[in-house]
Order: sequence, then C-alpha cells, then structure tokens
Amino acid sequence: MADIVLDKVSKKFPDGTVAVADVDLEIADGEFVILVGPSGCGKSTTLNMIAGLEDISSGELRIGGQRVNDKAPRDRDIAMVFQSYALYPNMTVRENMAFPLRLAKLDKETINAKVDEAAKVLELTPLLDRKPANLSGGQRQRVAMGRAIVRQPKAFLMDEPLSNLDAKLRVQMRTVVSRLQKQLGTTTVYVTHDQTEAMTLGDRVVIMRGGAVQQVGPPQELYDNPRNLFVAGFIGSPSMNFLHAAVEEGRLRTALGDVPVGDRLRRELEGADAPRELILGIRPEHFEDADLIDDDTRQRGMEFTAPVDIVESMGSDKYVYFTVEGERASAAELEELAADAGAADFAGGGSNLVTRLSAESTVTEGQDRRVWFNLEKIHLFDPSTGRNLTLHEGRAAGALAA
Amino acid sequence: MADTTTRAKFRWGLLDVFVVVFALIPVLWIASLSFKTPATLTDGKFIPREWTLENYRSIFSTDQFVRALVNSIGIALIATLIAVVLGAMAAYAISRLDFPGKKLLVGVSLLIAMFPQVSLVSPLFEIERQLGLFDTWPGLILPYITFALPLAIYTLSAFFKQIPWDLEKAAKMDGATQGQAFRRVIAPLAAPGLFTTAILVFIFCWNDFLFAITLTSTERARTVPVALSFFTGESQFEDPTGAICAAAVVITVPIILFVLFFQRRIVSGLTSGAVKG
Repeated sequence: MADIVLDKVSKKFPDGTVAVADVDLEIADGEFVILVGPSGCGKSTTLNMIAGLEDISSGELRIGGQRVNDKAPRDRDIAMVFQSYALYPNMTVRENMAFPLRLAKLDKETINAKVDEAAKVLELTPLLDRKPANLSGGQRQRVAMGRAIVRQPKAFLMDEPLSNLDAKLRVQMRTVVSRLQKQLGTTTVYVTHDQTEAMTLGDRVVIMRGGAVQQVGPPQELYDNPRNLFVAGFIGSPSMNFLHAAVEEGRLRTALGDVPVGDRLRRELEGADAPRELILGIRPEHFEDADLIDDDTRQRGMEFTAPVDIVESMGSDKYVYFTVEGERASAAELEELAADAGAADFAGGGSNLVTRLSAESTVTEGQDRRVWFNLEKIHLFDPSTGRNLTLHEGRAAGALAA
Repeated sequence: MADTTTRAKFRWGLLDVFVVVFALIPVLWIASLSFKTPATLTDGKFIPREWTLENYRSIFSTDQFVRALVNSIGIALIATLIAVVLGAMAAYAISRLDFPGKKLLVGVSLLIAMFPQVSLVSPLFEIERQLGLFDTWPGLILPYITFALPLAIYTLSAFFKQIPWDLEKAAKMDGATQGQAFRRVIAPLAAPGLFTTAILVFIFCWNDFLFAITLTSTERARTVPVALSFFTGESQFEDPTGAICAAAVVITVPIILFVLFFQRRIVSGLTSGAVKG
C-alpha cells in the first residue's frame, strides 16, 4: 500500500498534441480518487501513465515515495482493471486470477489459497473452472476485479470498469467496488466519464478537461462550490441550469427577471475590465413551487412565472421543465458539455429550465406557473474565463453576499 | 419467400457442385491412372478396368522416390517452422510497435514476395555453388524461408491485429515481461493464425519446383516434384506415366492430411470472452 504523487506530470504525443498538462495530484494511502471528465480530457492517459503503459513526457510520478517514471508496469506493483475486462480467453477463471501470482513465481498452494480467497470475496467460487466466454458481463467484470485484488498490490487502477454493464448491474457493482475498496483499504484511482459514479464512489474527485485539472475535492464540495463553469455543468444530474445575464446598473437582467446583486459582487463588477455579461447558474433543486414556501424562505429568493413544458413525477419529487424566453447562455465550456452529452445539435428557441419541485406541487403541463428560486444558491460565471464569481474563499456565497 | 430461398439454395448448390467437380476431376483422374496397368493406361476409361497396385509398389521399391520424399518432408517442415517463428516475431512487432522504418520493412517484404523468382534462379545457383550450399538441405531451406517470410508476416500481422491490445496491457500489469506476454497470452490466441500460416508456407515449400530443380543435382536434396520429372520406366521404352501418377497421389496425401489435421485448430472465436463487444 502506498500513496501516489503526480508532480507536474505531462503527456505530449509525438505529433505535438498535449494530452495531459502539468497535473499535480497527491493521492493519500488508502484513498479512493476518481478521475472524471468528458471523453478526450486526458483522464485515461493519466491513468495509463500511473500504470506505466504510457511514458511520462515530463514531470515526476512517485508511488510510495519512490520515483517510478522509468519503471516497467511489472515493477510498479499496481493492478489494473480494464474497461474491456481484458480476461485471457484461453484460460479458466481460476487460471486468469492465478496468472499474476504464477508470474510472481509463488508456489502452487499459496496461489490456490489466494485465488480461493479472492473468489470467495467476489462470489466467484462456483465459476472458477469456466472460461470467460461462458460468463455474463457482470461475472467477467468480477473476474477482472479478482485478478486485480488477488496479489494485494500497492494500488488499484480502474479504467471505466463499469461502463460496459447495464444500468441495474452498474449500480449493484458500484456498491461492490466501494465495499471492496473500504475492506481492502488499498489506494485506488478510478477513471470514469459518469459523474454519478464519480459522486457516489470517491473520497475525492478530480475533474479534468482538455488535459488539465479543473478542480479537486470531495464530491459534495465540487457540487456546492464549483470553481468554474465547466465543473458546475459537469457535476450534478440533471445538470445546473445556465442563463444569460446582462449586467445593468448593479442588477442582472435575466430571463427570470432582474436579479439583485450584493455589495461584494457589485464591487467586482465595477472594475474597468469586469465582464458586462455573465452566466447565471442555478441547480434544479434550488427552485420551488411558489405556493409551497413560507414567507421566511420567500425573502431569500425571487419569483418568476413561466409556462410548464413537461412534468416528470419521480414519486419523491417532480422534475418540471419550463420554457423561458431570452438569450441562451453561451460559452466554450457549455458547448463542450453539450457535445459530450450528445445534445450539441439539440437547440430549440429560448432556454429550457429544469427544476426539481416538491412532490406536493400541483403543477400540470401546459399551465403558467409561479416559481421561486433561491438567490443564495445561485452561481455567476464569467463567460470568457469560466470563473465562478460568486465563489468567496472557496465557498459559494450566492448573488446577495455583502 | 421460402420458395425463393430454396431456389437460391439450389442454384448455389449447383454452382458449388460444378466448382468441386471442376477442381477434383484432374485429381481423381490421376488417382485413377495410378491404379491402372500399363496396358489399360490409355484406354480413356475413368474407372480402371483392371486394378493394380504395381505402380505404388514400383515407386516405393526405388530408392529415388523414397529419398525424395524424405527430402521433401524434411525441407518443408524445417522451412515452415523457421518461417513461422520468425514471421510471428516480425508480425508481432509490426502490428504492435511503432518503430522507425516500419513502413519500409513492410514495403521491402512485399517487394520480395512480388519479385519474379525465376530471375533469381541463376544468381542463387552461383551463390550457392560458391558457398557450398548447392545440392544440400540448407540450400533449399534458405530460399524457401526467404520467399515464405513475407507471406507469413502478412497473414500473421493480420491475425495479431485482431487480438485486443488490452490483453497485452493486462498481462503487463499482471507482471509479465514483453516476452512472457507474447508467449503466454498473445501466441496462444494467435494459434489459428499460426496454423493457417504454417499450412500456407508448408504448401508453398512442398509444391516448389523451380528452386528445387535448379539448386539440386542429386538425390541428396532433390525433392519429390523434381524427382517426379526424373522418373523413367524400367527400360527406355517403358512409359512411366503410371508411376508418376502414383507418386503424385502419394505427395498429395501429406498435404491433405496436413490441412485436415490443422483445420480443426483453425476455429474462429478463440478470443471470444476476452473483451466486451
């Protein structure tokens, strides 16, 4: 077991593309860290560099305090689980799991004991004599995990291990992975493009974009205090709503009405080079049906009226989609996020607003509805840099902060 | 719908039968000739009126044919083995690694495969005489390997490319060296490709006449196709047709056995279950 330190690690391909740029990351012993980002953000390349499957162009990688830049994967004592499982099809489950131990030249009894133990943990015992071709997706996935844990390495690397499973199995395996990691206490680096996996699994989440780290922190912190537009849009499902906001006479003109700003933000917006246009971000759960809130709460936010487009009842609450008129928020980050979600070409007139209202709300499709939203929870972003202007000493302070 | 598919099947079946008959008739004709007596050899009957094994007895009674058979088997097997082992290593490098000069290497090997062999015969003859390789086993094995290698490299690199790269990465992560990853994970999965290549190379060596006739002069290294051309009858006036046919049947049998034996190994789907999708 060991800590993993990435010190200004970069990856530059021979054709000049920079896949990973100056990544600094300290992963503590026993920590579960998730690398997350859209495809092409460099998360897999980073993982492969830790594994030793890709050379490091510059920077230093230390595992357990030892520089391993030039060490072959086999000398790094780390195990990896691949997205494709990469089971050896010519070997049985037992042989697959025993393979790393046989290469390590352990004696037969030790190998059998270790394989049996790992098989028991992963409930693979009845399958030990089967070939991978005769296993289901979930079973193959567990064999791949078994092959990783069987030799008790310093660290586990997992490259989107669950993305080939169907939705139900994925949720199930997520808890298996989580429990296994807690049980073994082995340092784990886990790559995924699924923000739900990132939020639920990790001790800490590293959000990457275009080869650079955007923000590192515990899931809740990333959710509550996103440092920039990209992080805000990437984390959360359904994702944060973004609206265009024009700065006018100390107020923000938006499709939801004029939003007042507090002193702190006003000072920031008075600067000569301050942006004249902002992007306003609100998470779906910070809206509420205006009929259902008390006066105390009402004062902390503002209200608007908009036509209800679609109502999705989840039982515990309702997802209500509104159509609001006005300019769409536009920024490079938002386009990238839309492209990653496959919605780049999906652009109607006006903006869509996703809200999560209480289940008691009597909202119905087609009607105009009065909706309240919490001004203390909104985020404002500079569209050119993506920076979160409402972030004060790392904490989101909303629009009204004095 | 059902009607058209039956008709289509029928038509395809007819075509298949035609192709098979077209290809097999000469072979069967030779087989038939090999069982005929000298007197009935030219009677034009497909099925021999008088069956005899005399032709077979006669070819195996002469040292000439038996020697040639031993030469053929030995030379073809050794050349196949070496070509497949070297070809596998080269193909693995070509399909997996990015090294300077890779395109050149592939280009040159293709060039060798396309080079008209007949134009190389005289220089090779001179070279081999100087080196003392003329009329020896290595004297044939070497050119066979040279011309079989491009073939081997091409077929094998196609097979290696089909093997998921993740398997190799997984092997490396599991603690294997490059060599161990190749021997224990990649090679077993490439087995169908290795067998296919072995068959192709073996047939190439087995059937060669050009090199065998120019680079040999005695029974020391003469292979069967050449030995056949030196067949004579008991006397100057006797027609060796029957004996030649019997020999031709005898040298076709190993090829058929070879293919049938390895065909069972050429099963597709050996990599199924390795990776998803």
